[in-house]
Amino acid sequence: MAVLEARHLSVDIPTEDGVIHAVRDVSFALEAGELFGIAGESGSGKSVLTQAILGLLPNATVTGEVLFEGRNLLGLKPAELQSIRGSRIGMIFQDPMSSLHPYYTVGSQITEMIHAHEKVDKAVARRRAVDLLARVGISEADRRFDSFPHQFSGGMRQRVMIAMALILNPPLVIADEPTTALDVTVQAQIVALLDEMRRERGTTVVMITHDLGLLSSIADHVMVMYAGRRMELGPSAPLFAAPAHPYTAGLLASSPANYEAGAELVPIPGRPPSLLETPRGCVFAPRCASALPRCTTEAPPLRVFSDGLQSLCWLEGPPADAAASVAAIAKAPAADEIVVKAEGVRLTYGGGSLFNPGAGFEVLKGIDLELHRGETLGLVGESGCGKSTFARVLAGLIPMTHGKVSLLGRDLGSLDGRAWQAMRREVQLVFQNPFGALNPRRRVGAIIGDPYRIHGLAGGAERKREVQRLMELVGLNPEHYNRFPSEFSGGQRQRIGIARALALNPSLIIYDEPVSALDVSIQAQVLNLMRSLQRDLDLTYLFISHDLAVVRHVCDRIAVMQAGQIVELAEAETLYRAPQHPYTRTLLAASVTTPPRHSAAGRTLVSSNVVEAA
Amino acid sequence: MIRYLFGRVAFGALILLTLSMFVFFLFFVAPGDPARMVAGDKATETQLIQIRTNLGLDRPIHEQYLSFLGKAVTGDLGFSYRNQQPVAKLIFNRLPATLSLVVGGVLVWLAVGIPIGIMSARHPGGVRDRLGQGFILIGLSFPTFVLGMMSLYLFYFLPRQSGFMLFPAGGFKPFLPNPAIWAWHLVLPWTTLALTTAAVYARLTRGQMLEVMGEDYIRTARAKGLSERKVVWKHGMRATLTPLATQLGADIALLLGGAIVIEQVYGLQGVGALAVQAVANQDRPIIIGVVLLGGLFIVVANIIVDIAYVLLDPRVR
Repeated sequence: MAVLEARHLSVDIPTEDGVIHAVRDVSFALEAGELFGIAGESGSGKSVLTQAILGLLPNATVTGEVLFEGRNLLGLKPAELQSIRGSRIGMIFQDPMSSLHPYYTVGSQITEMIHAHEKVDKAVARRRAVDLLARVGISEADRRFDSFPHQFSGGMRQRVMIAMALILNPPLVIADEPTTALDVTVQAQIVALLDEMRRERGTTVVMITHDLGLLSSIADHVMVMYAGRRMELGPSAPLFAAPAHPYTAGLLASSPANYEAGAELVPIPGRPPSLLETPRGCVFAPRCASALPRCTTEAPPLRVFSDGLQSLCWLEGPPADAAASVAAIAKAPAADEIVVKAEGVRLTYGGGSLFNPGAGFEVLKGIDLELHRGETLGLVGESGCGKSTFARVLAGLIPMTHGKVSLLGRDLGSLDGRAWQAMRREVQLVFQNPFGALNPRRRVGAIIGDPYRIHGLAGGAERKREVQRLMELVGLNPEHYNRFPSEFSGGQRQRIGIARALALNPSLIIYDEPVSALDVSIQAQVLNLMRSLQRDLDLTYLFISHDLAVVRHVCDRIAVMQAGQIVELAEAETLYRAPQHPYTRTLLAASVTTPPRHSAAGRTLVSSNVVEAA
Repeated sequence: MIRYLFGRVAFGALILLTLSMFVFFLFFVAPGDPARMVAGDKATETQLIQIRTNLGLDRPIHEQYLSFLGKAVTGDLGFSYRNQQPVAKLIFNRLPATLSLVVGGVLVWLAVGIPIGIMSARHPGGVRDRLGQGFILIGLSFPTFVLGMMSLYLFYFLPRQSGFMLFPAGGFKPFLPNPAIWAWHLVLPWTTLALTTAAVYARLTRGQMLEVMGEDYIRTARAKGLSERKVVWKHGMRATLTPLATQLGADIALLLGGAIVIEQVYGLQGVGALAVQAVANQDRPIIIGVVLLGGLFIVVANIIVDIAYVLLDPRVR
């Protein structure tokens, strides 16, 4: 008996640019007590789908049928839907900081939900909330009931969200990227908690995520979405071991976790289509490695296989496994020349001032680090450990309190303003958020040309030529010189950031979480670009990330940072094979990896239905 | 918290001190002989010298300032040049009119502005939004005195011509003994004051509300199954209050220092009207008194707003 069943669900959202076809003809059914995963990259329609079901997208046109407890949710009056929200279907959202109201105590936000659906006494509601808060791992729950969200850590806030979703014991809980905003060690705890709670209460859970590795370890069934379509649906085990759809295969192949260190990643080329148009053939065809001629002209049929997989594709057998055929590319060993040397770098915020004597807050507690020419050093740690701060100190953007940083043998502390200005070109930064790091009102040519302008190196036609050469180098079309950042996708914007960093031929490029804001298929493209640039131009990288798979893949050496200190520094493979420090082990244990791939032996095509164009 | 408050008060006192110095010296260097103003045109030279000595005008300027300051902190702001009455008493007598005008005006403009802003924000681009935006545009572009004249014509003059007293033309009646008479006289000033300011509040509320309604916690509130009314008025409005409080503090303080135009149009004998007369008469002690009072209101309002922040936003506690 299905808890929730969606039939031919489509969601259209009107915008100024036209109607966005966010979800197209998606059907699925949830069995009681299962964990159903919905996977896909940003813009695939996975969040829109669930919010549309609950009537949380007031402007959207939703068609199809969604059966829940014998009723079609799409046909309900707003008041009826409202009584289902929260009491029968609970929701957990991505960012627990912004999803909780900052002005109300966490307890009142939970009891408010009880009062909205049940007639109960205030004290009773409070006791229920306190009990559940304790159950989800909030210590001193009775006291913490009256705390505000900002007084909790990210992981604790997500525990509160989980308690809120479960307080009325709904048969179905929808978790929308519940761990994406959290640190890796906390992620593992939250996933474990969710899993435990659903088993304890028999709750059916829909888990939306872009992280396939996460789903592979806990999901019973998985649906993979792309551009609003259900590309593949089936039981978790065969889907991850031998996906039937080339898109699923491509997603798995672009994850760095599946590679030998140093191997070239196999990204999905191109980028997701605009949802304003409805192509005649398969939406994935332009990026598909296994595309056939008919893929672009005819809508793909629904293939049903003997092991339960359903795939919207013309292929009758499994797609070629691109990742398997890639060998590691030898990289030149790093030279002995030391590019940057940090000795005993300390940084303290606050303290020592007239109004605030006392010790202050120590962010960096004595860091020693050396970078050799041509190497990539990974700096790994959880948020707040000081890794970005350290990068800024290296780049001279924040003055340190104690210690010494020398760049190309010259002590940065001894430089005067003019010498500093000249040294600045030797260290360049590439930032995490490609949307925030580029001025939206300036043209790309001007952004990339800035270093030349600031240092008075090239002007006019010469500068333009240089900029276009750089754009070519990072894989951007030089003709797009006059476009604005908003006309580029996330991956392309990160290429713009890299081009700007490359302009002055720096000795060191610091990448601060360069791919964490990007989808996995785009991530692989950018990582490959970084590696090939390093090979060709003999660049030195400091790579900051919280993602161990990515760091392992691109780095020669890795430094693990915890609370302002480097607790372990080793060759990448050594660190992974034989971690010494307990914190490194915790980090490694918490990072999820996708299961090994198998062949699709024994799978046969059961049926094939031509889908009517939606 | 106590330390924070102490700091705010100390800073406010510093601002008032600076203001008093500035105003005092400004009027000292201004042209015109105060003694002649006190004595009138027919005074003899001996009388003038006598008056200067009485007022202390022959002493060095810093001495004059210090003695002024010493008296000012005890509430003695000197005497009017024109009619020799104590300045503090003159201002104090004018406060009820201004206070009545401002308190009523604030209530009306909040009651009009906030709902219009919310209505506008809840249906962006729709008919109700356009109506709201239209109100904002008209309210912002209408000069107060034009609106005042118009309402006098429509609600006093026209009914009056047909022999019927809808609203009085103005004048202030004390709250006691009869609050109804008090309110009746203030209806037109209140609405005139409120309509233009309500537009500012509607715009502020609309902008803030639009932003807040896009926040994740609003989506959470809806996902919890709360009614739309609760989502908007509890979760949405709560987060909109802080910027409104800032604006309100500044506006009230400014008006308490004298709602000059409205008081003129409706002949209300408030602080603003007093200031206008004092400027016309070059009555320096009154001008200095009114300016200092206005400064005091602004400083106090800012401290109250700062405290309100702490109460409104748990994150700054």
